[in-house]
Amino acid sequence: METIELKINGRKRTLHCLPNATLVEVLRDQLHLTGTHVGCDTTQCGACTIHVDGCAVKACTVLAVRSDGSDVMTIEGLAENEASHPMQEAFKACHGLQCGFCTPGMIMSAVDLVNKGCALEPSAIREALSGNICRCTGYQNIVAAVMQGASEMQEQSS
Amino acid sequence: MYQFKVHKADKLSTALDLFNASDEPAYIAGGHTLIPTMKQRLSAPSDVIDLATIPGLDAITLVGDTLQIGAMATHAKVAASSLVQEHCAALANLAGGIGDRQVRYRGTIGGSLANNDPAADYPAAALGLGAQIVTDRRTIPSDTFFKAMFETALEPDEIIQAIHFPQVDQAVYLKFPNPASRYAMVGVMLTRTAGETRIAITGAAASVFRAATFETALTADFSVSAIEAVTLSAETLNTDMHASAEYRAHLCKVLIQRGVEALTA
Repeated sequence: METIELKINGRKRTLHCLPNATLVEVLRDQLHLTGTHVGCDTTQCGACTIHVDGCAVKACTVLAVRSDGSDVMTIEGLAENEASHPMQEAFKACHGLQCGFCTPGMIMSAVDLVNKGCALEPSAIREALSGNICRCTGYQNIVAAVMQGASEMQEQSS
Repeated sequence: MYQFKVHKADKLSTALDLFNASDEPAYIAGGHTLIPTMKQRLSAPSDVIDLATIPGLDAITLVGDTLQIGAMATHAKVAASSLVQEHCAALANLAGGIGDRQVRYRGTIGGSLANNDPAADYPAAALGLGAQIVTDRRTIPSDTFFKAMFETALEPDEIIQAIHFPQVDQAVYLKFPNPASRYAMVGVMLTRTAGETRIAITGAAASVFRAATFETALTADFSVSAIEAVTLSAETLNTDMHASAEYRAHLCKVLIQRGVEALTA
């Protein structure tokens, strides 16, 4: 067993895990933060996307022990004071989902691309979301949701 | 994944000592190839030695005319580096087109080169731009670095420290990505230095290679018409579920033509 210290959704945690545990396994199985999903477990689908030190990464392909000392944010940490994040609201308003399995990863990627100043036009958003796969929709409403969420995020920060 | 031990190296010499003291060791950089192969049990190291904990291995600097990129620089870092954008925009663009957004935050240039995936982008950059691969013990020219599919000139315990890219006059990278995996079905790095053309092709064969007949024709006359009659033999190219060897040979020529057009526009 290895001991690691992480800041998860703003709270410091000390965790014990085996060296071969992935970050998503620790989040889901130990901390019961089951909002982060495991879709493919092969770095393709992006359902497990979380933020590590402010960057969107696929938590199925990160060893938990290598995240020692990191600042981790999951979909559960996005809402502040029980109020949904603007990107969550936008996915709801635009119906940017059908089954919803890919949605937490989509939202974490969307927030990252807005935070990093990605161009907010449909083609650039599609390119920036290419690491997140949705098998229900045609991505139309997802792209619309990201555009709406982005403008609301920018409004809130201005 | 089978069980293994993880070691955090604090310097290169520690990493080497750990490697040589282990039964089945593996270095880990970004881990975006190693972890998936370990999950599939295609790789089962007894000891995983973390290079991310060695300070300074991801620096990007310009020394004279040479762009020096630390082996642990992520694709996102190379793509966003103003130094890389200014001195070799083609390299920044290439890095920004690897995999997807999430992968680019973790994957590293050193990891990609050491792995030498036949469809990876960075081998084309290193070979096309005439880079030098600097390791813990020597400097390896890119022309002798790539040996075969997933094989390089690196010794088992050798660690890439940095990649040195000399200044070129012009460079462009064109990639025809597989729409699902985003790996290159064919990727072409075309560069010009003092009138000499270098072309490195990835994705088409077992390992990255230089398109010598196209290079000769374009060094003599850098124009689309100069390569009208030049062809690439499909004999040694890959055929798989995505494309036949003949299709890849055709793609190579099309991308080279587009590269010439882009650099003469």
